Amino acid sequence: MDPIIVVGAGQAGVALAAKLRALGYDGPLLLIGQEPVLPYQRPPLSKKYILGELALDRLLIRPPGWYEEQKVECRLSTRVAHLDPAAKTVSLDDGTDLRYSKLALATGASPLVLPAPIGGKLEGVLRIRSLADADRLAPLLQPGKKLLVIGGGYIGLEAAAVARMKGLEVTLIEKAERILQRVAAPLTSDYFRALHGWHGVSIREAVTLERLEGTEGRLTGARLADGTRIEADLAIVGIGVLPDKGLAIRADLDVDDGIIVDGQCRTSDPDIFAAGDCTSFPWRGERIRLESVGNAIEQAEHAAACMLGETKDYDPVPWFWSDQYDVKLQIAGFHRGYTDTVLRPGKREQSQSVWYYRGEALVAVDAMNDALAYGIGKKVLEARRSIPKAAAADPAVELKTWLTAS
Amino acid sequence: MPKVTWILKDGRKITADVAVGHNLMEAAVANNVPNVIGECGGCLSCATCHVYVDAAWYEKAGHPDDMERDMLEITAAERKPNSRLSCQIKATDALDGIVLHVPEI
Ligand SMILES: Cc1cc2nc3c(=O)[nH]c(=O)nc-3n(C[C@H](O)[C@H](O)[C@H](O)COP(=O)(O)OP(=O)(O)OC[C@H]3O[C@@H](n4cnc5c(N)ncnc54)[C@H](O)[C@@H]3O)c2cc1C
Ligand code: FES
Repeated sequence: MDPIIVVGAGQAGVALAAKLRALGYDGPLLLIGQEPVLPYQRPPLSKKYILGELALDRLLIRPPGWYEEQKVECRLSTRVAHLDPAAKTVSLDDGTDLRYSKLALATGASPLVLPAPIGGKLEGVLRIRSLADADRLAPLLQPGKKLLVIGGGYIGLEAAAVARMKGLEVTLIEKAERILQRVAAPLTSDYFRALHGWHGVSIREAVTLERLEGTEGRLTGARLADGTRIEADLAIVGIGVLPDKGLAIRADLDVDDGIIVDGQCRTSDPDIFAAGDCTSFPWRGERIRLESVGNAIEQAEHAAACMLGETKDYDPVPWFWSDQYDVKLQIAGFHRGYTDTVLRPGKREQSQSVWYYRGEALVAVDAMNDALAYGIGKKVLEARRSIPKAAAADPAVELKTWLTAS
Repeated sequence: MPKVTWILKDGRKITADVAVGHNLMEAAVANNVPNVIGECGGCLSCATCHVYVDAAWYEKAGHPDDMERDMLEITAAERKPNSRLSCQIKATDALDGIVLHVPEI
């Protein structure tokens, strides 16, 4: 019997393999990943891991013994170079061909890079996607050093926060009008701008990087389009990721922003499924791609069930979190297409929530140090209900009442 | 090493030795306990590590803090007086023998 092969040993790949076993699949199961370490969680890389508060063994998604016990053959340091849907084979980079009965692509995403002509290849220019990236960066975060963060999304902001906590001087530049523009409303941007300002990060929005400059191949600073120069010993580039869809493209599977799957996580080939950051999937009348742990796990578990015959569609309430300094951000829902936002003050210090509406319908909540607002928002969204804007905005109205109200 | 026992809804028991300092969500995931997922890796963001602490152990395990109490509002299974997020309980020698009941989700 040919094995089920999972390409990509990350958050989604492991969840998929684990779910296949939990659902009773007892045939051969092969997990292939190009990184040299057992699958690990990425979120702590830009948080506790870099601060030295979490060691590698705590980062692993499953302990080493789990793979043997669950009969999941995990091949590390192995890249799948080619996929042939007609022959039902994958080719590894060492030339070996492997047959599969069913295949799952869980290849994730890779960070966008700055091109070499504008200094992207200078020594001292780093990124944070993999453990190797984090291990390269951590020893360089020395007090007093000057760090330039390029990109004001969640990863850039988390990097700025850990660097400040380690005593670096941090400047963050953002090309858009405001930080978090792609992922959040102005109210949330305002909150994080103030938070970072208070912690001493210099944030500059609506500025374009002209090029990074260096001497003898080493970063020394950056020149901005408005003519200003920023001195820097280090730069962290956090300008977004691209889904890893190369294998799918070369195999003639349908792709757009990611590998196109249907509600059952199936690609345009009936025996090939996909899950996680690499997929573009149908969701409530649109097609979306999510970059989150929650989606990687839940979509992968759904894919596993569909590989074994489940016919329901994947219909998640997306969620995400981020930790910066002592602030926990939790997001429920998907804010695309919102028309209004309301602010709800929270009960703790630095706590508040931002409620997103499309017309009268609640579509998402950003909660800062306010787990209750997040939780209630998520439950309401799961039930496909809403909370009136006036109630959301009024801290005297207990949100819990909306859980049971009809 | 403290021993931890998870009792599943169907009565099945899983017992494991857990390293002191590791939290009981990690321990559950390591030992393949169904329905303890731990999506956020233990940073109190997801509530997918919900368990009921056996009555005999509830006090010893300690009380949930403010944030955890808020997060307990959104567990997939019913919240009970002995509900905890297991990522917030650390294995110690004092908890040797602790029994956790795993909700059906
Ligand atoms: C620094 C950082 C912080 C984050 N913080 C948060 C957070 O706070 N909250 C949150 O919800 N999400 C966060 N995320 C996002 C989250 O980590 C991702 O959404 C999640 O890891 C996606 O899982 P995945 O399995 O789809 O992809 P990945 O985890 O990227 O796994 C894909 C794996 O496949 C491998 N691969 C790709 N192609 C091949 C091939 N051809 N052959 C073999 N192997 C291959 C890759 O090397 C990789 O190991 C963060 C991400 C980063 C990088
Ligand atoms: S693992 Fe997420 S709250 Fe416990």
